[in-house]
Amino acid sequence: MSFEWPWQYNFPPFFTLQPNVDTRQKQLAAWCSLVLSFCRHRKLYTLDVLEAQESPVFNNKKIERKLSVEAIQVVFEELRKKGNLEWLDKNKSRCLIMWRRPEEWGKLIYQWVSKNGMVNSVFTLYELSNGDDTEKEEFHGLEDWMLLRSLQALQAEGKAEMITMDDGKGVKFF
Amino acid sequence: QTALQSQLLKAKLDVGVVLLSTHRLLWRDQKNHECCICIHLSQIIFFEEQAAGIGKSAKIVIHLHPAPENKEPGPYQHSKYSFIKLSFKEHGQIEFYRRLTEEMTQKHWENTPVSQPIPTGIGPKAGRTRAVGIVGIERKLEKKRKETDKNISEAFEDLSKLMEKAKEMVEVSKSIANKIKDKQGDITEDETIRFKSYLLSMGIANPVTRETHGSGTKYHIQLAKQLGDMLQAPLEERGGMMTLTEVYCLVNRARGMELLSPEDLVNACKLFESLKLPLRLRVFDSGVMVVQLQSHSEEEMIASALDNVSDKGSLTAEEFAKLLGLSVLLAKERLLLAEKMGHLCRDDSVEGLRFYPNLF
Repeated sequence: MSFEWPWQYNFPPFFTLQPNVDTRQKQLAAWCSLVLSFCRHRKLYTLDVLEAQESPVFNNKKIERKLSVEAIQVVFEELRKKGNLEWLDKNKSRCLIMWRRPEEWGKLIYQWVSKNGMVNSVFTLYELSNGDDTEKEEFHGLEDWMLLRSLQALQAEGKAEMITMDDGKGVKFF
Repeated sequence: QTALQSQLLKAKLDVGVVLLSTHRLLWRDQKNHECCICIHLSQIIFFEEQAAGIGKSAKIVIHLHPAPENKEPGPYQHSKYSFIKLSFKEHGQIEFYRRLTEEMTQKHWENTPVSQPIPTGIGPKAGRTRAVGIVGIERKLEKKRKETDKNISEAFEDLSKLMEKAKEMVEVSKSIANKIKDKQGDITEDETIRFKSYLLSMGIANPVTRETHGSGTKYHIQLAKQLGDMLQAPLEERGGMMTLTEVYCLVNRARGMELLSPEDLVNACKLFESLKLPLRLRVFDSGVMVVQLQSHSEEEMIASALDNVSDKGSLTAEEFAKLLGLSVLLAKERLLLAEKMGHLCRDDSVEGLRFYPNLF
């Protein structure tokens, strides 16, 4: 399925950071959702800032507009504040994109677990992310770090518990 | 070489040299150079030549005034003859005669020590020096130049005196103003107010606050009223708004003489509101100052700006200016204002700055 660009994507002012505060807020909100939906579509979990500049998200060749590096940083900062982004290094060159927050993932996983009546069972992480049973699920193919965080979130909610097993980590759902 | 002969006594003044200056006739002994006698030329009444003859050398006879009382000691205290004869034994008589004639004509000893007085400009005939040729023309020009110089200095003498007086007056008024400020001296409230109003009418701004636009000097008030009349028509032509620089150029071009200084213009414009004139001075965020008609409504302007931009999809400041017949500066200000209000948004790229309707 091809990605559906939002109307702002073809609106040239979208690529200029607006000085008017109200306008800017709306603009940034639109950017955040664009970045997230794009990453979700492509199942991207990490982004490199320099590469991002050339990525179609920030660079619309059709209208010959692209977001400046400063503006990209502003967008990323906005995402970070919302909890959707985490910097991997101090230099802010690479980041984790969480187009779904760990809590949200946890919820999905738990829903699947309970829907299939598998509460009180133990799963390995691999089973969850790459098992045949979860193929149709959104969290299939979830990267380990994200899976871990999601399960940790569930653990914090008291809905799961992480267990260490001989050949890796596992989780038990309550 | 001559011999100075005296009919009475053959003195030892025999062979020497006669010397002629502009003032004196001198004779110096050839052998004894320290022996030197002279006669002032003013003593000479008359002189004549005596041609040479056989056995006689050419002579010049010089008839003299009687010796004055305070005559310098000479070879003879007195003599019964009133003339001397110069005997030119060798030659030089003709030349000498000629020169003596010249000197006697010119009578240099009669000139006063100071040079001719410079003629003043009083009367057309005063001090006319005889002048011939280029030298004469030059002299005339020089004379004229000096006259002009003098006239100018005289004229400015009054002005500099006036300036000095004015300075004194300003000092006085300043000191009084300070006294008012410090409430030193016995000045009542009434008097203070009266004095202030005097100062105001003289054109000195309120001495206490130092802010001229607050108090408004009489000049600025008058000027503001004049501007109010003058600018109505041009403002309406230009859509109700003009930058202050445009106003400055317009006003000064119209005045021709007695041009306004930028400061005066600004101060006058600041008085528009307090004088209830239908104009306003307005300062944009960027610092641009404009004069606009009071009737000018900003909302209308912005609404129409939005319409224009929506119409054309997007506009740059230049395009907008062209569309409305405004200056680019004003057009940009209007677009920026619309952006500030949230009606427009901007697209800043290598192509330039463009404004779009705010669809966000």
